[in-house]
Amino acid sequence: MRTNDVMLQTATKVVTFIILMFAVHIFFAGHYTPGGGFVGGLLTASAIVLLMLAFDIPTIKKILPINYVVLTAVGLLIAIATASASIFFDVPFFTHAYDYFDLPLFGETSLHSALLFDIGVYLVVVGVTMTIIQTIGEDE
Amino acid sequence: MSLVFLIFIPILAALFIPLLFKRLGQIHTGWFVLLVPAALFLYYATRLPSVMEGGTYVSELSWIPSLDIAFIAYLDGLSLLFTLLITGIGALVVLYSIFYLDKHREQLHNFYVYLLIFMSAMLGVVQSDHLITLYLFWELTSISSFLLIAYWYTRDRSRFGALKSMMITVFGGLMMLGGFVLLSIMGGTYSIRELIAQAPELAQHDFFIWALVLVLLGAFTKSAQFPFYIWLPDAMEAPTPVSAYLHSATMVKAGIYLVARLTPVFALSEVWMWLVAGVGLFTMVWASFFALKQKDLKGILAFSTVSQLGLIMSLLGVAAAAYHVEGAADTYLKYAAFAAIFHLINHATFKGSLFMIAGIIDHETGTRDIRKLGGLMSLMPVSFTVALIGSLSMAGLPPFNGFLSKEMFLTAMLSLQEFNMFSMDVWWVLFPIIAWIGSVFTFIYSLYFVFHTFAGKHQPEQLPKQAHEAPIGMLISPVFLAALVVMIFFIPNLIGDWLVKPAVAAIQPFLYDSPQNVDIHVSAWHGFNTELFMTLGIFAIGGLMFWTLRKWQHLYDLYPDSISLNRLYDEMMLLSDGGANRFSRIYMTGFIRSYLVYMFSFMTFIVLLTLFLNEAFQIDFNNLAPIGVYEIVILLALVGATLTILGSKSRLTAIIALGAVGYSVALLFVIFRAPDLALTQLVIETISVALFLLAFYHLPQISRKEERMKFRFGNALVALGVGVTMTLVALSAHSQKAMPSISEFYKETVYKEAGGGNIVNVILVDYRGFDTLFEIAVLGIAGIGIITMIRLRLTKKEGQHENK
Repeated sequence: MRTNDVMLQTATKVVTFIILMFAVHIFFAGHYTPGGGFVGGLLTASAIVLLMLAFDIPTIKKILPINYVVLTAVGLLIAIATASASIFFDVPFFTHAYDYFDLPLFGETSLHSALLFDIGVYLVVVGVTMTIIQTIGEDE
Repeated sequence: MSLVFLIFIPILAALFIPLLFKRLGQIHTGWFVLLVPAALFLYYATRLPSVMEGGTYVSELSWIPSLDIAFIAYLDGLSLLFTLLITGIGALVVLYSIFYLDKHREQLHNFYVYLLIFMSAMLGVVQSDHLITLYLFWELTSISSFLLIAYWYTRDRSRFGALKSMMITVFGGLMMLGGFVLLSIMGGTYSIRELIAQAPELAQHDFFIWALVLVLLGAFTKSAQFPFYIWLPDAMEAPTPVSAYLHSATMVKAGIYLVARLTPVFALSEVWMWLVAGVGLFTMVWASFFALKQKDLKGILAFSTVSQLGLIMSLLGVAAAAYHVEGAADTYLKYAAFAAIFHLINHATFKGSLFMIAGIIDHETGTRDIRKLGGLMSLMPVSFTVALIGSLSMAGLPPFNGFLSKEMFLTAMLSLQEFNMFSMDVWWVLFPIIAWIGSVFTFIYSLYFVFHTFAGKHQPEQLPKQAHEAPIGMLISPVFLAALVVMIFFIPNLIGDWLVKPAVAAIQPFLYDSPQNVDIHVSAWHGFNTELFMTLGIFAIGGLMFWTLRKWQHLYDLYPDSISLNRLYDEMMLLSDGGANRFSRIYMTGFIRSYLVYMFSFMTFIVLLTLFLNEAFQIDFNNLAPIGVYEIVILLALVGATLTILGSKSRLTAIIALGAVGYSVALLFVIFRAPDLALTQLVIETISVALFLLAFYHLPQISRKEERMKFRFGNALVALGVGVTMTLVALSAHSQKAMPSISEFYKETVYKEAGGGNIVNVILVDYRGFDTLFEIAVLGIAGIGIITMIRLRLTKKEGQHENK
């Protein structure tokens, strides 16, 4: 599938970054305001899908040489590692920990182990969505 | 160091094996592995002196405190004996395997990882005091045995043998788990020690006999007792070091261990005694009889192992009889437990060496078929000597350790005459007679094994390889074991004091306070008594029958294969396999629309039934929110889009309309102030429309014709049912509050305890993190599934073999 839609391609170059930045925002804001790893991951995936629609899969594969299956595996590992980490602090499996820190530039910030778990969710969602779309899209 | 951690050392060591194999491939990986059992053996040996005095060690590691499940390592005479066997024989077997398995051709990283997993599992079985963790380790031994039998997984027989052993032992394991659960219900504890303490009360319980039978099923399947023994001969497809280790010295003795360990709990029941002794003795005579039918060296050894396990099992049954006799410590019954443990040690030594010799013969001549072998005596003198020592010990000849324990076995069987509970006057006689017959056949197959291999005429043209003596490294382990066989004959009481008596005290704690009170002295000569005449009879009759073996061995061929237990197993497997297949074919059509119909119908049925049973059809229209203009507009769009899908002629229109449905729902979420849901729904819709467009090309041929779908009454009914059900559920949920809403709980705790602000996301990552974890796991599996379906599609490479 080779598309040559100049308008779509030009708009995509800008819009993709907006979507990606929005995805990052949504991901980090998730714990206090709407968002989270799942939506963030879906948004990221949709940005990549947009790229794929506007250009074509081989080009995007060159730009983003990511093995999405590995990405999924890494995400799952992060999630299970976060969940198991609590065992080493002698608290039940999946106990989260959080605290508030004064970080330079950010001011008082809440750092939460749930965020690590969410990173796992994020990576799995991106990985699986892209795996499915890429696999079906490449199949002729 | 805490004992309980030692159990896990082999499994932790297994983590490094692939690395060592990849990076240091020029050194045989076995040398690194050897360190583990050797070091563990030395460490555990230091515990011997205090355990000999009757000391015990307990070490605990909490695992699931809320369910009261913990790893408890309990080291007493019995578990220490098994531990030393596992680590000691383990070290010898690893040493042997270094020369048996070629470092260039074999997948050593697989082999040693499985072997180390097995080692941990086996240590866990014999040291666990907690029934649930014992079960866990028990099944882990089955799994590692499965992997090891199927080590040469390209061979059909290996895979068949692996599956068979797994089917039978895991079946037994599950039965045993049932028995354990019953025990814990009766005793209120999972701890074996605590159960033993309340054994008399347990015996009165209704479940007692069930627990007993179930636990014995586990033990009998694992220890290859009749009629479950059929997996063991097929397990001989494993590499010989594995057969020597798992299928003769350790894993198959797990059942013996379990029976010995639980004897104090169950021995008060006569059923236990008769079952264990009867099944054991029958297995002994049955397997020794059929060992002579075998043509494969390892087949003979497999049947002989089954037979010897039966012997030990029957001794444990007689040992249980001691619980029913007043002052059993003064009668001959006391010999049974001692003989069982003593023979277990002896069996490990002589059978281990025999297996290694069988492996050497296979390795150096290329065949294990006893009909092709013969005359190897002069070519392989060291192997012959070892095989001779092992076989004669197995046959029960002096001056080898087998003679001592065989003699005690006969003593124990004869001692049943002292046990005259319900008119045993006549029946007890059967036991010594059967034992004697079994021993005669044991004598014959022992000689058959060694003389038909090493004596007779050499047939070089029959052998795939030029026969020669094995390399020195391969001989170290069997020679060492053979030396033990001879040594134990001369120092039986040393072994008795150090190893056997502490174990006996653990089997019969009501008889003895400490190992020193076990008043048994082993001697090779005890005058002219019944046992001696029985033994002489065995030698005479056995010798005569071996002499004429060629004349009557073909009688075995008269036994039809069609009524064997193996045939029964095969038929059962075929039946269950084919039956399950036929049953699935009935409803697995391969069309996702059929599956959706099943799912929706059942969902409707179950939900409606629940609503009906709970009388939840009360609908209350109070407290309804006012309906605004936006809602009406969106709902109209929603309904309109849905109707468009149903009526559309082209699939493209349907896809776009489906997108419209999704976006309208998202808008509804916005209006009802659920931004999280709205956001997710919007993105999902976008991506799924993109997906639909991608997959458009691949959708079934029929629908690509521009044609409207036919009206189907069944589907309409299901659709209507789902709609009605969901409406009813929504109305019913609104009208009656059976329980207070959980959202209040979330509102209260979300900031204070979970440290977050967005309830939806905190539910996902924290409150119900488990769900999310499994959901993303399922997602990952779905992704892999799609890859396998599309990229690895078989139709693409038609005509090719699937493995290529």
